[in-house]
Amino acid sequence: MRIPIESYTLKNGLFVTLSEDHTVPLVAVNLWYHVGSANEKEGRTGFAHLFEHMLFQGSAHVGANEHFELIQRAGGTLNGSTWLERTNYFETVPSNQLALALWLEADRMGALLPAMTQQKLDTQRDVVKNERRWSVDNQPYGTTLEKLQELVFPRTHPFHHSLIGSMEDLSQASLDDVAEFFATYYAPDNAVLTICGDFEEGEARALVNEYFGDIPRGKKRITRPDMSVPPHFTSPELIRIPDNVGLRRVFVATRTPPFGSGDFYAASICAAILGSGKSSRLFKKLVREQQIAADVSAFTLDLAKGSDVFVADVTAKPEVSENALVEAVDNEIDSLVTDGVTDAEVNRAAALVTTELIKALETASERADRISMFATYFGDPALVNEQASKYGEVTAKTVSAFARKYLARERRSRLLYVPKDEVVEMQP
Amino acid sequence: MKSWKCNRDTMLTEKRPPASAPRPYRFPAFERGTLPNGSRLIVCPIPKLPLATLMAVTNAGAGKDPNGREGTARLTAKLLVEGTRRWSGAQLAEQFEGIGTSLDSGADWDSATARVTFLTEHFDRVSELLGEVLLGPTFPERELQRLKSERVADLLQIESEPRGLADEAFESFLYTADSRFSIPSGGSKSSVPAISLGDVTAFHAQTYTPENTTFIVAGDLQYGRVYKKFCSALADWTRRSSAADTRPNAVAGSRRRGKLIEKADAPQSELRIGHAGLPRKNPDYFPVVVMNAILGGLFGSRINLNLREAHGYTYGASSYFDWRKDVGPFVISTAVATEVTGAALKEVFLEIDKIREERVSAAELSLARDYLDGVFPIRYETTAAVASALSNLVVQELDVDYFDSYRERIRAVSAEDVLNAARDHLHPNKLQTLVVGNVSAVREQLAELEVGELADAT
Repeated sequence: MRIPIESYTLKNGLFVTLSEDHTVPLVAVNLWYHVGSANEKEGRTGFAHLFEHMLFQGSAHVGANEHFELIQRAGGTLNGSTWLERTNYFETVPSNQLALALWLEADRMGALLPAMTQQKLDTQRDVVKNERRWSVDNQPYGTTLEKLQELVFPRTHPFHHSLIGSMEDLSQASLDDVAEFFATYYAPDNAVLTICGDFEEGEARALVNEYFGDIPRGKKRITRPDMSVPPHFTSPELIRIPDNVGLRRVFVATRTPPFGSGDFYAASICAAILGSGKSSRLFKKLVREQQIAADVSAFTLDLAKGSDVFVADVTAKPEVSENALVEAVDNEIDSLVTDGVTDAEVNRAAALVTTELIKALETASERADRISMFATYFGDPALVNEQASKYGEVTAKTVSAFARKYLARERRSRLLYVPKDEVVEMQP
Repeated sequence: MKSWKCNRDTMLTEKRPPASAPRPYRFPAFERGTLPNGSRLIVCPIPKLPLATLMAVTNAGAGKDPNGREGTARLTAKLLVEGTRRWSGAQLAEQFEGIGTSLDSGADWDSATARVTFLTEHFDRVSELLGEVLLGPTFPERELQRLKSERVADLLQIESEPRGLADEAFESFLYTADSRFSIPSGGSKSSVPAISLGDVTAFHAQTYTPENTTFIVAGDLQYGRVYKKFCSALADWTRRSSAADTRPNAVAGSRRRGKLIEKADAPQSELRIGHAGLPRKNPDYFPVVVMNAILGGLFGSRINLNLREAHGYTYGASSYFDWRKDVGPFVISTAVATEVTGAALKEVFLEIDKIREERVSAAELSLARDYLDGVFPIRYETTAAVASALSNLVVQELDVDYFDSYRERIRAVSAEDVLNAARDHLHPNKLQTLVVGNVSAVREQLAELEVGELADAT
C-alpha cells in the first residue's frame, strides 16, 4: 500500500504535504509544531500542554472556544495533543470546508496573542489541574508515564520531567510565558502542515498560500536541547510505588534505539513477540499456563530522539506476590536474551504489524498524523510508505541480536505498583 | 510582549472563508440475504483498502443472563475462542495471529458479537476459522475457571478506580436489585464465581443458533463471494432451539435521591447525575439526540461550557442517553475538584431546569443539527465502524433506510421539538445523584442543594 505524497516548503519555512484520496468527501488538516514538554524550561513543567489548551481560546479573528464551535458547526471533528517532542492540532471536515479549517489554523499560528487574557489563562490552568487530577492523580496507575520518564531518563535529560506538569509549576505559568513560548516555537518554520483526503491540489496550494504565506518566520532561534543519553542504564533500579490500586503491576523498562533507526524495527517486533496478542510469550506463559497475570502487554514508546523505551507491562492476579510477579516477567525476558526468537514468532509479529499499518491508513486523520510525524522527525513524509518494508527486513537473527544487546537483566529497571498499606515484601 | 504587535498586522483574511459546494455522501450501499442455514447476511462493499471487518452478531446479550448467574453471556462469548473440536484456545489464537489478526468476542446488553478485521487476501481462512468457532466450541473447564478469575480480578481493579466504580455504582443505584441492569453486564463478585460449565453450555445451546445470528461483512469484498464461501464454511451449522428470555428492568427511584461513596484521599469527586432514559425505539429518538447534544453532548454544550470553560471546575462534563432495547440510563458525567462539588452540582441542576423552561436559541439548535448532520460521514471511515453501525441496525431492529434518512431526520428537529423532548424526557424531580470522593468534605457542600434522601456507602 502506497499513499500519494506531494511536499513543498513555503518561503516562510512551513513544510506542507498533500495526499489526495477521493473515496469519501472528507479532508483532514493536521499541524505538528516541533515543540513538546522536552522544550520546557526549569520551573515550568506542563507548560507545553497548558499552551496547547490556550490555542483553543481564540486568536485575532476567532473568539474563545469559537475554533471548536466553527469546526463542529461545519460538521467536523478536531482536537490537539501534546507529547514529549511535539504538539499537534488537527481537524477532519467535510471536503467543502477545507478553507475554514486552514484559515482557523493560520489565524492562531499568525495571530494568537491578541486574544490572550489573564482570565483565560487562569481558567485553562484550572482545567488542566483538573485534567491532572482526573487522568493522573485519581486514576489507578495514572502516574505511570511520569514515573517511567523519571526511571528511564536522568534528571538533566529533557524527557525526565512530567508532561502534564506539577501543580506548583502550573500555578507559576504567566502570560509572559505564553508570549515567549509562542514567539519561539509557534512559527511556520517550526511546523509541518499535512492535508489528506478529498481536495484538488491546485486549490489546496492556493488556500495554503493565501492563509499561511504571509505569516513571518520565527524571530527567535530555537536551541534544541541535547537529547543524548547512554544506550543502557548504568545502575538499574526498582521503584516500588504504594498507590490506590487493586492489583500489583510491574513495568519493566530498558533503553532501546530511537524510533526510525535501524534497530528500532527489531525492537518493535521483539515487543510484539513478547506481549502483543494471545500468542505472545507473556500471554501464553503468564496468563494461560501459569495463570498468574490478569493482563499483559509489551511495547515501545516510539521516541525518535536520544533513546526509545521498551516496556513490558504485567498486572498480577490478586493472590500473586510481588516477588513472583517480577521474577516471572524477568524470566520471560531472560529467555528472549538467552534463547532468541523463532522465525514463526517473527512472522506472526510481522503479520500483526502489517495489518496495523494498513488500518492506520483508514481514516484521513490518522494518515495525516503519521505523515506529519515523519515530516517533523525525519524531514521525509514519504517514509510513511517505507514502514512495511522496514518491518519486512526484520529476521529472527536481528531480533535475537537486539534482545542480547538491549534486554539483558542488568539493563532493566522496574516500576512496581502495589496496593497502598501493603507490607513491604521486597527491597530493591 | 513585542510579538503581540508584530503578529496583529499579519495579512490574514479577516473574513471567514465560506464553504464551497458540498459533495454528496451516502452511507455505503449494502446487500442483505439469508444463508441456507437460516442466518442472515449483510455485505457492505468498501473498495478503499484491502481490508474487511467480519462480525457475527447473535441474540445472546447480557440481558438474557440467568438470574444469579449474571456474566454468563459474556463468558460464553469469550469461551467460543478458547477451544474447538480441532484446536485449543492457544492454537486458535495462533491461527488468527499468523494471518495478522485476532477474533475478539464479547457480549453487551443486547447482543453477543465475534469480530475480526483482516486483510482481504485472508478472507477464506478467516471464514473457515469462524466456522470452526461456531460449529465446535468445546468450552474447556480450565479456560472457564481462568476467565472467571480474570473477571474477578477486573472487578477488584474497578473498585480502586473512581471512574469505573462511579459508572457501575450509578447503574445499580438507578435500577431495582432484581433488574438485570443493576448488575454489570460482565457480572459481579457474587454472580461470576457461581457460573458453572453447565450454565455456559445451556446458555450456548439456547441462544447460539443460525436463526439468532446475523453475519456482517464490511470492506473490500462482494456479496456473491461472501455468500458462496459462507455457504460452505457454515454448511454444518444447523442447530435449532428455543429463544432465551430477556430479564425485565425496573427503576428504583421515583423522587430525588443521593448516594455518597467514600474514596478517602480522592482529589476529585466523580459525579453521576441522571435517571432512567428511554428505549432505543422510542419515537422521540431524534429530538432527544439533538436536545442532548445541546445539553451535554458536544464540547460546546451548555454543561461543558458552564462547568469547564466558565468555571474551570473540571476537565470535561458531558451527558448521554445509553440507548438499549430496554430503558437504559440517562447520565450526566463529570469529575470536579472536591471543594467545588456542591457548586458544580448546583450548575448541573440549573442547566436541566433551564433547558425545560425555554426554547434553545437558533444558534444552539443549528450548531447541534449542523454538527450531527455534517459529522455523519466521518463516523464511517473504517470498515470496523461501518460493520458496528450495521450491527446496531440489526440488533436494535432499525428501519433499513435508517442511514439514508438519518441526516434529514436530524435536520427536521425544531426548537419546539427540543423543548418538548426536554420536558417529556428529563425529570428534575427524579434526579439520582452519585458522588465518589471524599465524603466528609463533600457532605456539607450538599446541605443547601436538594439532592434528596442520602444513602451512604463505603
